[in-house]
Amino acid sequence: MEKTKVINWMQKYSMIVILAVIVIFFTIQTGGRILMPQNITNLISQNAYVFILAVGMLLCILTGGNIDLSIGSVVCFVGAVGALMLNTGMNMLLIVVLMLSIGLLIGMWQGYWVAFVKVPPFIVTLTGMLVFRGLSNVVLQGKAVSISASAPEFVKIFGGGADCYIPDFFNGGGTNIFSIVLGIVIMVLYMIYEEMQLVKKQKLGQEVSTKAILIKVIAISSIIMFFAIQFSQYKGVPTSLIWVAIIVAIYWYITSKTTIGRHFYAVGGNEKATRLSGINTKRVYFIAYANMGLLSALAGMLTIARMTSAQPTYGTNYEMDAISACFIGGASAYGGVGTVPGVIVGALLMGIINLGMSIMGVDSNYQKVVKGLVLLAAVIFDILSKRQKA
Amino acid sequence: MSELILEMKNITKTFSGVKALDNVNLKVKKGTIHALVGENGAGKSTLMNILSGVYDYNSYTGDIVYEEQICKFTKILDSESKGIVIIHQELALIQELTIGENMFLGNEQGFKFAINWNRTYSEADKYLKTVGLSESSRTKVYDISVGKQQMVEIAKALAKRAKLLILDEPTSSLNEQDSQALLDLLLEFKKQGMTCIIITHKLNEVSYVSDEITIIRDGKTIETLNNELHDCSEDKIISGMVGRELSDRFPKRVNHIISDEYALEVENWNVSHPVYTSRKVVDNVSFNLKKGEVVGFSGLMGAGRTELAMSLFGKSYGTAISGTLKLNGQEKKINTIRQAIKAGLAYVTEDRKGNGLILTNSIKTNTTLANLADVSTCSVINSSKEISVAQEYVSKMHTKCHSTEQLVGNLSGGNQQKVLLSKWIFSDPDILILDEPTRGIDVGAKYEIYTIINQLVAEGKSVIMISSELPEVLGMSDRIYVMNEGKIVSEFTQSEATQEGIMSAILKSKH
Repeated sequence: MEKTKVINWMQKYSMIVILAVIVIFFTIQTGGRILMPQNITNLISQNAYVFILAVGMLLCILTGGNIDLSIGSVVCFVGAVGALMLNTGMNMLLIVVLMLSIGLLIGMWQGYWVAFVKVPPFIVTLTGMLVFRGLSNVVLQGKAVSISASAPEFVKIFGGGADCYIPDFFNGGGTNIFSIVLGIVIMVLYMIYEEMQLVKKQKLGQEVSTKAILIKVIAISSIIMFFAIQFSQYKGVPTSLIWVAIIVAIYWYITSKTTIGRHFYAVGGNEKATRLSGINTKRVYFIAYANMGLLSALAGMLTIARMTSAQPTYGTNYEMDAISACFIGGASAYGGVGTVPGVIVGALLMGIINLGMSIMGVDSNYQKVVKGLVLLAAVIFDILSKRQKA
Repeated sequence: MSELILEMKNITKTFSGVKALDNVNLKVKKGTIHALVGENGAGKSTLMNILSGVYDYNSYTGDIVYEEQICKFTKILDSESKGIVIIHQELALIQELTIGENMFLGNEQGFKFAINWNRTYSEADKYLKTVGLSESSRTKVYDISVGKQQMVEIAKALAKRAKLLILDEPTSSLNEQDSQALLDLLLEFKKQGMTCIIITHKLNEVSYVSDEITIIRDGKTIETLNNELHDCSEDKIISGMVGRELSDRFPKRVNHIISDEYALEVENWNVSHPVYTSRKVVDNVSFNLKKGEVVGFSGLMGAGRTELAMSLFGKSYGTAISGTLKLNGQEKKINTIRQAIKAGLAYVTEDRKGNGLILTNSIKTNTTLANLADVSTCSVINSSKEISVAQEYVSKMHTKCHSTEQLVGNLSGGNQQKVLLSKWIFSDPDILILDEPTRGIDVGAKYEIYTIINQLVAEGKSVIMISSELPEVLGMSDRIYVMNEGKIVSEFTQSEATQEGIMSAILKSKH
């Protein structure tokens, strides 16, 4: 009995176990360098776009394993238009709104064909990939457009440049005290949340293992504090993390607590049954792709800020990063299964592998080979563990 | 005649700790038809999967003795090469291919890299004739009816030179006429020396066709009856299957009051086929339903009953829908499923896996799906309310599960049906349209579903029950409409209705 319990637990939290194994592996291989404050900070700011795109991609994949191939090109196009606007000296807030609107419009354009004309998403977004890559080149006239001089504020807010960190309001000198305070606040809020959940479940008479919850709370709290302390030792909380945190929080809530979130899972699980339950399934598809456009626009802002420029090649293969993160994070290629936290773990896993291999000085071509094999292994593992259960 | 073709001795098979089969013994005599009966989950399909090599011989204990040899099958091909062929409940034909291509799939005629199509089709035609089909083997499978597809499956088995034919619920998707034809074909084969094992839930078929009957319950063999020597009445078999005497298969409705008010009136309802728009699938149908009444819709498969129900339910089937629909005496225009649900209609589909449930989701999610608004405020789901609703329905329906978080795909057919019913009862309808509510579920679960129907009408709701099982329609309905070829051809009250009466109403309306 004990043994099957352990196996069940391993399957449920398999990705976290793998993540831990990989972290330990790279810690040993890099002599602990991967856990240094600067590297931890880089892990977040380099991969901010993956987190945001992967969350959007999750919604598309939930509807039935549908992917969006166009997002790399959309990131580039929105970034390009944004960079040009930033150089005209327009109001920054207006530019941000305009960029988000362009992304949303692109998403609605693609969503229309997918949802209402029933063109396969693979084809719609393949055309989007070509169209917006082409248009990026056209608007940039094939050149790089720098924004480092014209829009330093924009760069800072969206996580680029040398001081894209939340300033330390407490003036801690070498240590960023704000980062630690923020960490403690989040940790306490998290603990309160878990406590409330526990009380709720007990009220409903559900069986809960307080020991398991305690372990979970301790683990997550220590991860939060680890990040907070590492940030404080470098330059503080990167602004890109704030954007990631906001998006993750919003979409986690939507997918787990709202009716529209439930509709995504239902459509992916069985579209016919969902339609016969009085749910507008076309609207669900439309929202998934429209939303993907919106999030691509945000990722576009983060990208041009981090690079302090826009170039026609930006965003290449971003769709693959997002798709990989989803599948590694446990989303089903048939739809209907997958969670936001899972996808975050998937994105982190890919990020750590990238970072670890870069520190070890592995050739970038081999890095691709390793990442590809990791994706395959994750999906095989997922399929095999499901088969065992059945 | 008494020579055994097959003996399965002390078969025990466990699935992750749970004994699915426990020392099962099965003896089948050569040239007989042997029926295997038992509730769903009793282990019939597992036993047949062992026999046909779906499960490797290492995964169970016990012996299979076939034609006096101990057989150790590791894959389906092993058993097929010995002449044991299984036809599964779900049709395994590829719709886009021709009959001939299907028949020799995996058994292609000619050489590996050069299929001999002439031989394929002439052989296929030969086997089609044996099963009494006049179609050309070059016809695509999607162009023939389900009944004929089942015959093609049998022809396919014959093409594999079957000596022992296993049929897993061969008539579950066939109407009475096609079922009869199939059973007669089996009797014909018996005369030619073929041995058959038939798994079925339809007990009248068992007594009609079989020489011997083995009853399995909870993974154990209960008894083997000989049709000539023993009493093989339906009640006797049922009591063996469920381990208790079912004195009455249909629960009585006590103090049942049918109101004089009409809950639903449909007049001159017409529906055309969604693809072949010139074909009318529902032709000028008018009927009514009183409050608190159970109205049965009888008819053959393809009579247009499901199409009628779905077109009423927010036009979810068909094109060019015309006619008037009145709810509680007031005419209503219902164009979407959402409007239909709001107006108090619920349609419980006949295809619970395909159109009804989300198998990868939990009982909880499935229960609330059609009425999420009731467990949420401003589109935010109240999770504690949702859980308590799910728990309430699980206990009300006696759904067997270990928690409301269990995935629906892991439940048995009867329990899935209960979840599906829960979902629609939770949407709080006045009129429930139940399409084949007891298809493919065992006798015990059927009884529970009937009890639920009685509770619903006792609360003043109205039920339309579409069913192809005549005893069920007769046992449950206050009034019965008979449909054939898109038209209502007859109407019976409960006291007038008989099986013969309904069948003759259908048959006489044929042109």
